[in-house]
Amino acid sequence: MTAIEMQQLVIHGRRVVGGKAEGEALVTRETISGWGGINERDGTIIERRHELVGQSFAGKILVFPGAKGSSGWSAFFHMARLNGVCPKAMIFTRMTTKMALGAVVTRVPAMTDCDLDPLEVIETGDWVSIDADAGTITVRKGGRRARQA
Amino acid sequence: MQLTDYEKAMLDGANGAAKARAMDLLLRYGQAVGAERLVETRNVAGAFNASTPSIQAIVDKGFDAVYSELNLDSDEVVEIPRVAVPTTQLITGIDNDNWRLQGVDESLVKMQRASEAFLGERGINMCATCTPYQVGNVPLMGEHCAWMESSAVIYCNSVLGARTNVEGKESTGAAALTGRIPYWGYHLPENRFGTHRVNVTIDVDDMMDWGLLGYYVGEIVQEHKPVLSGRLHHPNLIKLKHFGAAAASSGGVEMYHIPGVTPEARTMEEAFGPHRPQQVLHFGEVERREAWEKLQSATDRRVDFIMLGCPHNAIEQVELVAHLLRGRKIHPDVALWVHTPRAIKEIARRAGYLATIEAAGGVIMSDTCPAISRRLPEGVRVIATDSAKQAHYLPAIAKLQGWFGSVRQCVDAALTGEWQGGL
Repeated sequence: MTAIEMQQLVIHGRRVVGGKAEGEALVTRETISGWGGINERDGTIIERRHELVGQSFAGKILVFPGAKGSSGWSAFFHMARLNGVCPKAMIFTRMTTKMALGAVVTRVPAMTDCDLDPLEVIETGDWVSIDADAGTITVRKGGRRARQA
Repeated sequence: MQLTDYEKAMLDGANGAAKARAMDLLLRYGQAVGAERLVETRNVAGAFNASTPSIQAIVDKGFDAVYSELNLDSDEVVEIPRVAVPTTQLITGIDNDNWRLQGVDESLVKMQRASEAFLGERGINMCATCTPYQVGNVPLMGEHCAWMESSAVIYCNSVLGARTNVEGKESTGAAALTGRIPYWGYHLPENRFGTHRVNVTIDVDDMMDWGLLGYYVGEIVQEHKPVLSGRLHHPNLIKLKHFGAAAASSGGVEMYHIPGVTPEARTMEEAFGPHRPQQVLHFGEVERREAWEKLQSATDRRVDFIMLGCPHNAIEQVELVAHLLRGRKIHPDVALWVHTPRAIKEIARRAGYLATIEAAGGVIMSDTCPAISRRLPEGVRVIATDSAKQAHYLPAIAKLQGWFGSVRQCVDAALTGEWQGGL
């Protein structure tokens, strides 16, 4: 096994919303608020004390525990999709109605109930391919550049 | 998911395209969350009103298009029929009377009113408040509801013993047309027991302390179900309204128990049912101070905006503000907005509280709040509020400094222009 292959791992989980996507991971161990927590016009986190404050999830594979706060969660991620700044996919660990409905209306591949804790094994910048229908997440540690090296 | 014959027929379009799109959304949502079936509901509270410039492009296509896109997640524009079950409009973005003070463009007021006319013709009740339980929508114990508004959901589950998850704009839109919502989460009795025990070791009596307790507990338990006991003086609607709003802001609490107070927990044993507490927390002086400090985002003591009434004030709270302001004038550099449901504003008008508050230079706002509307008086830099929820959200949304304190501290700041509050 080459060093590069060793840097790749596969996680199995449950489909929440079907589809495939790949991209760079943005990982947080903190739950995210929709209404009052994100700017739906540029996809940035705006919650004052959030570890990702000021960073955008637009075009990223968002890896996070789940949703918190206002019931406007789905509406804000819905608007982020209409504004073209939603994440490319969502991987989360804690199921709630806010999270499920938000993932459904964001209409991006989404998974949960993973056999490895995605918050432990995926880091920001890793290159992640998700096939939600097959229930697999492939993680290339260190990002796409590492794969091409 | 298992559907009844009636639900299958709706999905297949037997009752029109709108109900078919609504069933499609409920099916996608139910499968995502892992529900086995839907449950009947006859009590929906959602957000249907069009009042923000961000959706102007959709409004231009008509209000059927607004409902189709934002309340059904449907790419196809469908004609929206009368709602199938009683449905309440929650808070909106514009005060229909005080919109000029909010700095709202008249074209948006017209948009909101046209939207309300469309929704009214379809049977959506314009309660226009985050607290429907204060203006006549008081579900019974065990009633299956489909409510949005995290502060109303936690009140509905915990204080009323009715059953709802935190729904969203799209799921309430679908529920209103079908009378169905996924049977999952808080609809199932086995999911309603407590998970975390909270021992309160200091006296928690006034509204500010209930807010601090909620803010502290919510951040720790996240979306779990705390059971509170200890030195809690018997609360009332106002205190639990604040406690719940705070716990649903710092975390995602949708249900809690207070043995002897809330209806599903006559005793500690009943609160936990077959389970044992996963964790035992304490709320004492140190924790109270920690919550208070987290809520302060201001350093400048010169305040220019006082926001009271989040969640919307009860009539007793409006009376207290009127009492504190009677015969006095607020500082000329400060704006004071007191938020209450429109129906309660009418009571305040009749009792003279409205005239008293206005004579002091304050305003009673209805239908909306600054966090929802994202509108404040011009040039505001530093706010003060009696609401943990508003102190949590508004500084982030409006990029300003915020103080949190008691109603009295906030009214004092309105009178002097200076924040002197503290623990």
